[in-house]
Amino acid sequence: MENVILAKENGMEELEMRQVYAKTITGMIDEGEPVVALDADLMRAIGLLPYQKDYPDNILDCGIAEANMMGVAAGLSLEGFVPFPHSFAVFSSRRSIDQVFMSGAYAKLNIKVVGSDPGICAGLNGGTHQAFEDVALMRCVPGMTIVEPTDGAMVRDLTRQAAKTYGMFYIRMNRLKVERIYEEGSAFEIGKAVQLRDGQDATIIAAGREVIEALKAAEELRAKGIQVRVLDMFTIKPIDQEAIIRAAKETGAVITAENHNIIGGLGSAVAEVLAEHCPVPLERVGVQDEFGEVGPVSWLKERFGLSAEYIVQKTEKALLRKRT
Amino acid sequence: MITAEKERELRRFAADIRIECMKQFRAIGIGHVGGVMSICDLMACLYGEAMRVDPKDPHWEQRDRFIMSKGHAGPAMYAALALKGYFDPKELVTLNQPGTNLPSHTDRNRTPGVDMTTGSLGQGFSSGLGIALGCRMKKLQNDVYILLGDGECQEGQVWECAMFAPAKRLTNVIAFIDNNKLQLDGSVEDVSGVHDFGGKFREFGWQVIDVSDGNEVSQIMEAIHQAKEDREHPSMIILNTKKGKGCFFAEDVFNHNIPVAKEQAEQALAELTAYKDSL
Repeated sequence: MENVILAKENGMEELEMRQVYAKTITGMIDEGEPVVALDADLMRAIGLLPYQKDYPDNILDCGIAEANMMGVAAGLSLEGFVPFPHSFAVFSSRRSIDQVFMSGAYAKLNIKVVGSDPGICAGLNGGTHQAFEDVALMRCVPGMTIVEPTDGAMVRDLTRQAAKTYGMFYIRMNRLKVERIYEEGSAFEIGKAVQLRDGQDATIIAAGREVIEALKAAEELRAKGIQVRVLDMFTIKPIDQEAIIRAAKETGAVITAENHNIIGGLGSAVAEVLAEHCPVPLERVGVQDEFGEVGPVSWLKERFGLSAEYIVQKTEKALLRKRT
Repeated sequence: MITAEKERELRRFAADIRIECMKQFRAIGIGHVGGVMSICDLMACLYGEAMRVDPKDPHWEQRDRFIMSKGHAGPAMYAALALKGYFDPKELVTLNQPGTNLPSHTDRNRTPGVDMTTGSLGQGFSSGLGIALGCRMKKLQNDVYILLGDGECQEGQVWECAMFAPAKRLTNVIAFIDNNKLQLDGSVEDVSGVHDFGGKFREFGWQVIDVSDGNEVSQIMEAIHQAKEDREHPSMIILNTKKGKGCFFAEDVFNHNIPVAKEQAEQALAELTAYKDSL
């Protein structure tokens, strides 16, 4: 099932993530999958607007009413359709969490909630639009699968897998161009981390936009004679316990990196596994329980300590703790 | 118009539903008596006449759907379903007991005949519209019935639905408001008045039908008939009901979620039975 091909080089992709997402959705509709893409007036933002007129039944704008959109998705699921309601991550999660929870998860339905522009990816939309809490909210929903695709190849594969897997999904996704991590045609196993490089001194566990930062950090650390393992933990729930425990046992220190509050997200999930199974020094790169701010992503990643440089610092700190 | 014979049958069915509701409350000693009793006549009309359903095949594809958006009125739905043969009426006394299939608020995964899980107010309306959309996409010739409480209409989500259904031409939707004018903390108008339901839904593009006595089966049936005639708009039927209707200890007092003493229940059952026999 898993057939991951790492990209030879990590250069910028040709397509935006949203273009890949929109093509994947329409591709599935063309193949006769009962997929319905719903939106709350952000169809243009997610790249589906150009397709709406050709797919009037399967691409539906619900207007600026996220709560209703999630409920409509639940109803469509009851009738055998596979709804993909989308909004910015702030609205797909905290604006409509009760609808996702009760009409979707509690009712044991089949909805693929898409939250785009998570965390600092919201950039110039500012603090009101920067979801640093969406993963935390979704992790508390029983049965919710949470994935954060890293690049276009993963968006394509995970969107298709989500459509074919009955149950609730939260797909947390950058909309714009990202650096390529995987070759086209890669197939991923949900719930299983991808090891991007090996090392014995420590393990960096990253998700989403932090994966490329983790790889850059690993390069910098290598120049300093430190060999780190890098895991792409694209499934945040159910978390890959086995990979975390193995990393702890084999490398003795763990650093997490996430575009999210360190409370409730990937760092917390990893901490839970380590504390219960194999306690080793852990350092968490992520937003330190703060609200977002307006600014370009390049500035925000420094402002909130999410760049490779901070991963390097935290890794060195973890290594110090490991040795003492 | 329904025949006199049908009218009598539906009235007796409504009385039976109230009797079974009272038995549920008697067994657990507490319940949402007011909002349950106010909708028993609607339940009788839907399950006794209006809806095309098959109790032996609760998931029959062509069936009409019903969503109890005011999920706390579950006991009224359970009584109707049991009396129609969806499950053994003996099960009714398990209401809210550990492990029951009859939880306080309706749950599609527990009770045969319950199409959607509800309880967080406003949400059943949206899921009902999603069902209506899905049925239309599947080209089914059915209707989707949705029941809202009047207090429930304070939820913003209800007004998202009010816009959505006409915008998407969901003409297979027949919704109701149980306008019993009371909510947990007092009168709906005092707490946060919605005022004119009909005017608002009409403005959004619904066919609005006002039923002056929403506890009168002939009037309810007439309204449903009118709703089915209109295939240009979704329909909103406003049922002017009495909260606690037919239950001597719950009418005209606080009755949202109240203790039900054995003696009260026995007396109510005697009165309801006598009423039924008089029909």
